[in-house]
Amino acid sequence: MSHWIIAPVILPALVGAAIMLFMRNDLLLQRVFSLASTLALTAIAAALLWAATLHPPEVYFLGNWPAPFGIVLVLDRLSALMVMLTALLAVAIQLYAIGSDWDARGRHFHALFQFQLMGISGAFLTGDAFNLFVFFEVLLIASYGLMIHGGGKDRLRAGVQYVAFNLVGSSLFLFALATIYAVTGTLNIADLAVKAQTLPEGDDALFRVAAVMLMLVFAVKGALVPLQFWLPATYANAPGPVAALFAVMTKIGAYAAIRFGVMVIPPSTPATGTLIADLMMPAAIATLIIGAIGVLGASTLGRLAAFAAIASMGTAFIAISAFTPAATAAALYYIVHSTLAGAALFLIADLVADRRAHDRLDQALPPIQNSGLIAGLFMASAIATAGMPPLSGFFGKLLVMDALRDQAALVWSVILITSLVVILGFARAGSTLFWKAHAAAPLEGPRHEPQGLAFTATFGLLAGLVALTVFAGPVMAWMEATALSLHDPAAYIAANQLPQVK
Amino acid sequence: MELLVASALGLLTSAGVYLMLRQRTFPVIVGLTLLSYAVNVFIFTAGRLTVNLPPIIDKYANGYTDPLPQALVLTAIVISFGMTAVLVMMALGAYLEAGHDKVDMNDTDETPKGGAK
Repeated sequence: MSHWIIAPVILPALVGAAIMLFMRNDLLLQRVFSLASTLALTAIAAALLWAATLHPPEVYFLGNWPAPFGIVLVLDRLSALMVMLTALLAVAIQLYAIGSDWDARGRHFHALFQFQLMGISGAFLTGDAFNLFVFFEVLLIASYGLMIHGGGKDRLRAGVQYVAFNLVGSSLFLFALATIYAVTGTLNIADLAVKAQTLPEGDDALFRVAAVMLMLVFAVKGALVPLQFWLPATYANAPGPVAALFAVMTKIGAYAAIRFGVMVIPPSTPATGTLIADLMMPAAIATLIIGAIGVLGASTLGRLAAFAAIASMGTAFIAISAFTPAATAAALYYIVHSTLAGAALFLIADLVADRRAHDRLDQALPPIQNSGLIAGLFMASAIATAGMPPLSGFFGKLLVMDALRDQAALVWSVILITSLVVILGFARAGSTLFWKAHAAAPLEGPRHEPQGLAFTATFGLLAGLVALTVFAGPVMAWMEATALSLHDPAAYIAANQLPQVK
Repeated sequence: MELLVASALGLLTSAGVYLMLRQRTFPVIVGLTLLSYAVNVFIFTAGRLTVNLPPIIDKYANGYTDPLPQALVLTAIVISFGMTAVLVMMALGAYLEAGHDKVDMNDTDETPKGGAK
C-alpha cells in the first residue's frame, strides 16, 4: 500500500501538466482526461480510506529520508477521510462545470482544477509543517487562477483582495513556522507533538506566540472572525463551480486546526495550556453569529451562500475548540456535512444566476426556467444548511450540542438562535426568488438548453447528504474512532519511526 | 549583530504593514514584498545567527550553522516571488478592466455581482 500514499498528489500533478502541454486547444480531450483523473483519484482515495480504517497510520518517507529530517506523508484516518471528501466533491463539481459550460468560458480550467486537487490532497496528507505551507501555496496559486476564471472587472478586483489577504496569511505562516523551528528544532508534525510536551522552561513564551500565530493562519483559511473579510467577496464573485470547490478550502483551515490543536498542542500541553481553546471559542461563536446575520441580510444569492459557509465554519470551530474526543468527532461529521451542503448551495446559486439577469435578492424577477426543480433543490440544500430535520445538518448540530453539554447555556442558545436566523434568511431568499417571481411580469428571455449534467451533479451532492443522514450511525462510530486516535496520537507518532534521543 | 538584525526586521515589517493598509494596489504590493523580505530574514535567524560558519560538511570548519533554515528560506523566496508576480498580473488586469486601482470594492457601480460572465 505504501507507495499509493503519494498517488493523490502525483496523479493530478501529472494530468494537470499534460493537459497544459498537450491539450491546451482541445476542450473535449481536456474534459475526458481531467474527469478520468478525478475519478481515478476517487478510487485511490477510497482504497486509502479502506487501508487507513483497517491499519494503523502509515508513513511514506519521501526520498527515503528518515523521519524528522526528511519530508513525510502520513496516511491516517483523518487525512484519508479528507482526501476522500475532496475527491467526491471534485467529481460532482467537475460534472457541473462540464454540464454548465463553465470550463469553456476561459482557458486552463481543467489544468488549474487538477493542480488545485494536487494542493488540497497534499495539504491533507503531509506530515511536515513546512510541507503543509508549501501545499497551501500550491492550492492557493491554483485557486487564484480558478477564482478569476472567466474574467470580468468585479471578479478580478475581488481576486486581487483574495490574493493579497492570502499572501499576508502565508507570511504569518512563515513567521510561525520559523519561530516553532527556532524553539523546537523540528518541523515534523509527529516530532513536534512529542517535543511540545517537554519544552525547556524558558521557551514557553516564544512557543505560545508561535502557536497562536499558527492558529491565526488556520483561522484565516477557515474564515474565523475577525479574519473572515476575504470570504464573502471572494466566494460571491468566483465562478459558481469554483466557489463550490472552495467549500472544501475553508475546511482545510478546520483540518489544520484539528491536526495541530488536538494532536500537537492539546490543552494538556504545559507551554500553551488552554490558551488556544480560550481564544478559539469566542471567535467561533462570533463567526456563527456574523454568518447568520449575513445570511439574513445578504444582498445577492452568492453572498448568502458565502455567509452560510462562514456560519458553518463557526459551528465547526465551536466543536473543535472544545478539544474533547466527542466534540472532535461531531466536528468531523459537521465538516463533511457542511462541505457537501455548502457546495450544493453554491451550485444552485449558479443555476439561478445563470437563468436570471442577476442574482440580487432585493427584487423579484419573472420565473426562471426549471423554476420548480431549482426551487426544490434550493429548499433541500437550505434545510441541510440551516440544520433542520430530516437532513444531516440537523444531526450535525445535534451532535455538536450534545458534545458541549457542559457549556449548554452559551453554546446551545447561540446555535439554536442562529439556526432560526439562518432559516429566516433562507425563507426570505427562497420566497423572493421563487414565489414573488410569479407576481412579476413575465419576460421572454433567451431559452437555456437543458443542462442534465449540471443537475445531476447538484443532485449527487444532495444524495451525499442523504447518505450521510441515513448512515449517520456507522459514520459517527467511524468518526469517534478517528477522534480518539487524534486525541491519543501514539500510533501516529510511532509510524514516523523517530529516532530515540538518549 | 542581534540588535541590528532585529531592528531591521522590525523596520521592514512595520513599513510593510503600513504600506499594506493603503488604498491603492501598488503600495499594497510593495508592502507585501517588504513583508516577505522580513519573513525571509526572520527564517534565516531561526537557525541562530553565526558568522563565517559553513552549512555543509567541511574539513576545515570550526563549527557549523544550521542548514535547514537556509533550505527553508530558499523555498520561501521562490514561493513569495512567484506569488507576488501573480498578484502584479492580477492587479494589472483589474486596473485595466476597472480603470482605477483602488483596493476596496465599495465604490463599484451597480453592476450585479455573481451574474457577470
